[in-house]
Formats: sequence, C-alpha cells, structure tokens
Amino acid sequence: MTEWWTYRLSSFLLFSPRTYFRLHELYNVEVWPVQLAGLVIGAVIMAMAFRAHSGRAVAGLLAVTWLFVAFAYHLRRYATINWAATYFAAAFAVQAILLLWTGTVRHRLVFASPGRARQRIGFLLLLFGVFVQPAVALLAGRSLLQSEYFGVAPDPTVTGTLGVLLLANRSPWKLWIVPLLWCGVSAAFQSMMQSPEALILPVVGVIAVACAIAGRRPAEHARAT
Amino acid sequence: MPVVGLGTWITFNVGDDRVARDACTDVMRAFFDEGGRVIDSSPMYGSSQEVVGYGLARLGMPKALFAADKVWIASASRGSAQVEESRRHWGISRFDLLQVHNLLSWQEHLPMLLAMKSAGRLRYVGITTSEGRRHRDVEAIMRTRPIDFVQVTYNPIDRDVEARILPLARERGIAVIVNRPFQQGALIDSVMRHPLPGWAAEIGCTNWAQALLKYIVSHPAVTCVIPATTRVAHVRENMGAASGPMPDEALRGRMAADVARL
Repeated sequence: MTEWWTYRLSSFLLFSPRTYFRLHELYNVEVWPVQLAGLVIGAVIMAMAFRAHSGRAVAGLLAVTWLFVAFAYHLRRYATINWAATYFAAAFAVQAILLLWTGTVRHRLVFASPGRARQRIGFLLLLFGVFVQPAVALLAGRSLLQSEYFGVAPDPTVTGTLGVLLLANRSPWKLWIVPLLWCGVSAAFQSMMQSPEALILPVVGVIAVACAIAGRRPAEHARAT
Repeated sequence: MPVVGLGTWITFNVGDDRVARDACTDVMRAFFDEGGRVIDSSPMYGSSQEVVGYGLARLGMPKALFAADKVWIASASRGSAQVEESRRHWGISRFDLLQVHNLLSWQEHLPMLLAMKSAGRLRYVGITTSEGRRHRDVEAIMRTRPIDFVQVTYNPIDRDVEARILPLARERGIAVIVNRPFQQGALIDSVMRHPLPGWAAEIGCTNWAQALLKYIVSHPAVTCVIPATTRVAHVRENMGAASGPMPDEALRGRMAADVARL
C-alpha cells in the first residue's frame, strides 16, 4: 500500500462492531462446547503450573489452544470479514509450534513454586484470562454468547498465555513475541470500534512485560555479584 | 445515471451471517425500488462483494444494475485474476466500471483495464482515492490517461477536490463518483445533534442525510454519490436526495459554511 502513513487507523476497520460481535455469537454457537474444554484446560494449567516438572504438558496444552484459535477462529471465521486474519492465523500457528518445540520438546518452560511476586501476578493473569475476561462482555452490555473464551478466542488466550509465561521460572523470549504483538493488534481493532475492552490487552501486556523485567533483576544482580 | 448510488464499505462486510446478508439484500431491494443503479464495492472490503452477489442473485439480477468494482492488489500480474474473482463474487457477466483502488499499482493495472475495455469486456475505466490522498497523482492521471471515471472524497467539510479535480473532470468529460459523503458516519453524527437549518426546506430536504447529499450531487461535476448503509429507512432517505430542487451556487456556499460551523 503506497503512502500508508497517510491512512488513519479507522481506514483499516473493515467491519462494524455489530458485525464483529455477531461473528463471535455465530462462532460460539458453532464451536460449542469447546468453550467448556477451554475452561477445563485453563483450570488444568493452573493446577499444573505449581509443579516443577509440568512445563512440557503446560506448553502442549497451550499449543493446542493457540492452534485451535488459529484455525477455528482466525482462518475459518474471522477471515470472512477481515482479510488480515489469514496472517493472524499464521502467527497463532507459529506460536503453537514455538510452544510445542520450546516448551514440550526442549523443555524450556520450567515452573517452580509460585512464591515470587512475578509468579503470583502471572497466576492472577491466567485466572483473569480463563474466568474473568469472558464475563467482561456482560459489563459492556453484550451477552455471554458474544463473549470471548480462553482457548477459543484470541484475547483471553493471549492473557492466559502471558500469565503462564510469567508463572514460569524460565520462559524463552521468543514465546513472548506473538502474544505481545497481538496485544497491540487487538487494542487497535477494539479502539477503532470504540470498545471499552480496547484497554484490556494493552494493560495486560504492560503488566506482563513489567513483571518479566522486574523478575529478571535479582537473578542478573546475583550473576553480576 | 441516478445521482445516488450505494456504497458497500463496512456495511456489506458481514461474512457468511445469513441474517445480516438478508438485511443487506433488503437494502439493495429498497435501493433498486427507489430507482438506484450504481453499486460500488472492492476486493478490499472483506466479504462485501460476495454479499452483493448474494443479494443480486436473490433479487433476480436487476437489469438496472450498474456494477462498479475495483482492482486492489500490489502485484501487477495478479490484477486480472483478482478482477475475475470479483466478477464471480458478484455473479455477473461483466462489470460496467472497474477502478484502480487508491491508485495501488495504477501504472500496471490501468493498461490492463483499458485493454479489457477495448476488448469489450468492460464499459468504463476509472481510478479512486479517498480522504484527500494523492490528489496530484489523480490530477496527472486525469490529464494524461483516457479514464472515464474518477472517484474521490467530497462533502461539505472535505472540499479539496473543488479547487482542481472537479473542474478538471468537467473540462475533460470525466465522470465523478463521490465516496465517504458522511465521513464514515462521523459527519452525520456530528450534524444530527443540530436542527436542520431553514435552507433545508428550500431544497426539499427533510433530514440531514439528504441535505449533505444534495450539497454533493448539486456540484455540476459530480455524477454520483455512494453512501453506504445497513438500513432500508436510510436508503430511502438517501434516495430522496436525487429528486426535488437542488441548491444553487449561493446556497451551496451557505450550506458549506453552516455545516463547517456546527
């Protein structure tokens, strides 16, 4: 696109808020009861994230949710109203592969007891993504049918994933890229629709990055001394 | 050609939602019932082309249709394939008008469209821009290429085209389609908070949409304006701007000044 900088953000909004939320409604009906499976997966991840040797399984479960969102949501549903969704699907599939390779195969996602502040906040983010974020639609005046669910739609999946990455003692930087990029993409689309939910993922992203940076300092300080 | 057409940006991008597709069909039905002809879409508008095709099929392919679409792809070699895909979405035998969307790769696409026209596979060729972008390029193309249509943004607030592009279109006999007459809803939302000025009755307008559209279509260079809507009532309101008295030059000046003040 030539002279792309002359375009306003609103120029890239291809659909109305009504169409977007109706899309979620149709999608939720279509994939039911996968939403319940998402809640179960979220709860299982919460339980496993307290165990030291659960990294492989947690990464595998997260990869399943990212892959599902990539194909069922982005490619099959969102792409019907947004041509950019095929690229989003690719990014989510890449994240699933990274989780499988880095976390499950190479065991680079390592958990310990959640004693540190970083891990406590990670747990709260995971809790928020799985159980609270879907209910935000109610506050915005929409029904649960038009809501987004962990493991089914992108936003709560990203929130939960950032929570898991904070929960882990070690989480490779490459696992942060797609979730943080999605925080920006989602915020852009939601703000174009003037949705109050536009603030959620940027706040989640900032909290996650701040905690990750703060959480690294003691270890680096220890190495330096 | 009726001066009020139908745009599809955002409003017709409803995906495969059957209920919403049927609502769009109702909008198209009302549009044709009111004497409308020009429907404009683009490959950039998500599922809009497919939704137009869905509606046309259910309405029995109205003979009045003037099908206007665009080519919007950076790759020069894939322009023809995109046009063919667009035609299939609409379910028509050929387009009346194809435009290079936002001048994207226009150097390559324009010759392709002109060749289609020469071969009888297309009636008219045009270019588009929106929100005031690349007006110098638009002007240069209008001066040097044998285009039939130019599509630009124009309304009582966005009036850049009055200076050069609209006079040039008249001089060279190029038809003008106007997009974003309501600034994607922002302008109509803004003026709706105020009562209609007294001059609205002079030109037979009963609502702000008609007043804004009459300002646009009363410019002597403008061929057609393409407001987009999802509501049948709005289509009927918009089509009302195609009939009745039009503002003269003096009143057009007052209209623009009044709208700018609101």
